[in-house]
Amino acid sequence: MDTILHVLLILAQSLALLVALLVFIAYILLADRKVWAAVQLRRGPNVVGPFGLFQSFADLLKFVLKEPVIPSSANKGVFLLAPLIACFLALAAWAVIPLADGWAIADLNVGILYVFAISSLGVYGVIMGGWASNSKYPFLGALRSAAQMVSYEVSIGFVIITVLLIVGSLNLSDIVRAQDTAAGVFGWYWLPLFPMFVVFFISALAETNRPPFDLPEAESELVAGFMTEYASTPYLLFMLGEYVAIMTMCALTTILFLGGWLSPIPFPPFTWIPGVFWFVGKMCLVFFMFAMVKAFVPRYRYDQLMRLGWKVFLPISLAMVVIVAAVLQITGWAGQGAG
Amino acid sequence: MTLPALFFYLFASMTVAAGLMVISSKNPVHSVLFLILAFVNAAGLFVLMGAEFLAMILVVVYVGAVAVLFMFVTMMLDVDFAELRDGFLQYLPVGVLVGLIMLSELVLVVGAWATSGALPKTEARAPIPTDVTNAEALGRVLYTDHILLFQAAGLVLLVAMVGAIVLTLRERRAGVKRQDIATQVARGPATAIEVVKVRSGEGIPG
Repeated sequence: MDTILHVLLILAQSLALLVALLVFIAYILLADRKVWAAVQLRRGPNVVGPFGLFQSFADLLKFVLKEPVIPSSANKGVFLLAPLIACFLALAAWAVIPLADGWAIADLNVGILYVFAISSLGVYGVIMGGWASNSKYPFLGALRSAAQMVSYEVSIGFVIITVLLIVGSLNLSDIVRAQDTAAGVFGWYWLPLFPMFVVFFISALAETNRPPFDLPEAESELVAGFMTEYASTPYLLFMLGEYVAIMTMCALTTILFLGGWLSPIPFPPFTWIPGVFWFVGKMCLVFFMFAMVKAFVPRYRYDQLMRLGWKVFLPISLAMVVIVAAVLQITGWAGQGAG
Repeated sequence: MTLPALFFYLFASMTVAAGLMVISSKNPVHSVLFLILAFVNAAGLFVLMGAEFLAMILVVVYVGAVAVLFMFVTMMLDVDFAELRDGFLQYLPVGVLVGLIMLSELVLVVGAWATSGALPKTEARAPIPTDVTNAEALGRVLYTDHILLFQAAGLVLLVAMVGAIVLTLRERRAGVKRQDIATQVARGPATAIEVVKVRSGEGIPG
């Protein structure tokens, strides 16, 4: 009886998180388009609802009601499986994200590794979609994307390791708790690990295929990359997966470098505000930076992208792992966070 | 039946079924996809045994990196299925032989373990310590107790990596223009452009 209740509770929590996340993403999508429009002195979507607030829901209806077109020479099973995998994997990462103290659905001891593993699987949606479409542009897009995502994962891994060295735990909640100092916003890891913060932000852009690294779907070269043959709901799932992955990266940046649910000013009345507001606020801030980068940075050339990943970020992050470990060892900080 | 047992049978049967599909599906890309399914289920089994760190590393390394490379290679292959099936009969005796040898070895090992009284079955598995996390326990073993062996293994891998790079490195042909990012970035208006006044009807001299 207890097990059943426990399972039901987890189901209810997951459902609540899922609904909240999807509604949040509907507005994040709108915010993305609004920011983009504002930079280009346009109004952006403003027709559906006041200030275009219902635009994303109108888009959802449009995608769902359209006919899904499956190319006759496509590998049907894999073709339909790919968007499902992309969306499912992106959502699965949210099981361990602590939105506030103790709010994670599963407070895993290896939480950060779990998120890293799940985000490294995101590449399968792309490869499978590109291959199953049986068409050259999707295939080329998928190959590019796979190479890109695998490359930037390496530097993301090393950035995570530097943070873990300081914290001494793989638990996401412990990482946030370790940043809880009297210094408030200046005690968070973005300051001591500033180079890593920058590397992580740029790698997150590349990992989620955001501009300026959106080469898998560079429309001037590859039509729409791996999504060329997709329409209606499968396309919607790809899109959704992409935005959920972006939100995961925003949440991860918040947890690793911006103190998660902690208040930037560590005394009342600011600490009375529930942690989830701080968390979502910080996520929105990081997403705003994502959106601004999309608006004013031109797209990278493919060879420049690979060079940046392997010849710039990899050496920097490797060196930082050594430097951080050495500093921790010399100053005797090692493992201070977890105790 | 308890919940963990239920999950164990689910993951175990999925692993075996996926493993069978790897060798029996006709399309090599499908084979790789089933291989990935088998890896993920194996990771699930690790989690059930309380080895969550190993499970995550299995997913990161095998599913996230190794299987991606497999997938790359198989997608690029131009496989002739008729030719594949011709070779099947030719290699069948060798395959059966290898399979039989491995099966008999497995039977010998498991049989010896099951019949001997030296290793009680219930204690063959080390007890799971509750006071340290997975990552901590593994770290202690790798970096404190067996640091020399670990470093030696790392050196072997380094040598293998250098070897792979040397094998694929080719001499660059002379006269091929190469990009130098530093010079590209260093170019400014002063070095890259020249402002010329062009008079009508004369063109640019030179």
